[in-house]
Amino acid sequence: MTAVLENSTDTSGSESQAGAVSSFQVTLKIRRYNPEVASEPYWEEHTVTAHGTDRVLDALHKIKWELDGSLTFRRSCAHGVCGSDAMRINGRNRLACKTLLKDINPDKPITVEAIKGLPVLKDLVVDMEPFFASYREIMPFLITSGNEPSRENIQSQADRDRFDDTTKCILCAACTSSCPVFWTDGQYFGPAAIVNAHRFIFDSRDQGGTQRLEVLNDKEGVWRCRTTFNCTEACPRGIEVTKAIQEVKRAMITRAF
Amino acid sequence: MPTAPAGTLYRGREGMWSWVAHRVTGVSIFFFLLVHVLDTSLVRVSPEAYNAVIGTYQTPIMGLGEAGLVAAIVFHAFNGLRIALVDFWSEGARYQRVMLWVVLGLLVVTMAGFLPRHLMNVFGAE
Repeated sequence: MTAVLENSTDTSGSESQAGAVSSFQVTLKIRRYNPEVASEPYWEEHTVTAHGTDRVLDALHKIKWELDGSLTFRRSCAHGVCGSDAMRINGRNRLACKTLLKDINPDKPITVEAIKGLPVLKDLVVDMEPFFASYREIMPFLITSGNEPSRENIQSQADRDRFDDTTKCILCAACTSSCPVFWTDGQYFGPAAIVNAHRFIFDSRDQGGTQRLEVLNDKEGVWRCRTTFNCTEACPRGIEVTKAIQEVKRAMITRAF
Repeated sequence: MPTAPAGTLYRGREGMWSWVAHRVTGVSIFFFLLVHVLDTSLVRVSPEAYNAVIGTYQTPIMGLGEAGLVAAIVFHAFNGLRIALVDFWSEGARYQRVMLWVVLGLLVVTMAGFLPRHLMNVFGAE
């Protein structure tokens, strides 16, 4: 990313401009927290040079690699697949690796915070364990009974399409940590766990639907959802999270009779 | 559990703010009903006591309060129907934003019918 020439002053040389990406200054206002140094979090600003193709993650890398090595955040694949770098960018949950700086108005300082509702360990890193504990509780694996199958478990295209949307989840916690109910009630299963339950409840091959619905038919289960649609808006994979939760709610009512 | 430090306000969109408004109007209506049950039950104590209390409500400030109360109830009622549709209509989640604008439109229409008459009563001639 440093290979791009910064010749933005040379506007006459159209040949060298072709294919060149314009650069600009961007300020990131990051909410830092280090419990070993201070008990309170604080805001810190860094200004870096970025290009039109840069994402928030590139700016964070530049700060960590060139300005302040103590800045701590998670990222693995850096391409929107692993779900490690969910953070609150300009007040909304986003993946830093999927958010282009030019799309979120780089003229003003861009605020970057850890996701809400989970305990912050350091800077942008939160303890994901409560999130994964809820995920494990809904039994995110195929449940079948009877003899071991001797042939393929064939599924029609229509049956596969029924739960296609919820197979896209990457467990980044952007939805769960955008939920106002989850912020105040950490016991709530949260959108991500329900999305992953939906993926199996509506899978025609799965036979554990009743068990899963039983787990979610709880005071802290699907009924906690207040349909604020923050989760749907936050999902970096475009999953219609609230719709999935509502389908689980309705399945609970219709399958009970 | 260590508490997550508070940062900026989450920038939720229409869905989140309609939920906040639904909560605020709901709690306001609850407090109104509490007072309303108390003042209405005064008629059992004595009609004079009831009249005295109701008489104190005949002020412009209470009049504006009543306008706010009606707006709160109308929003809460229409938005309640929207939430019921989000819950029970299979396409409800997809149209929640449109439905919110419909709710706000109905709120404006209802208040346009109510406010002139009401404000005439509150601020008009004796």
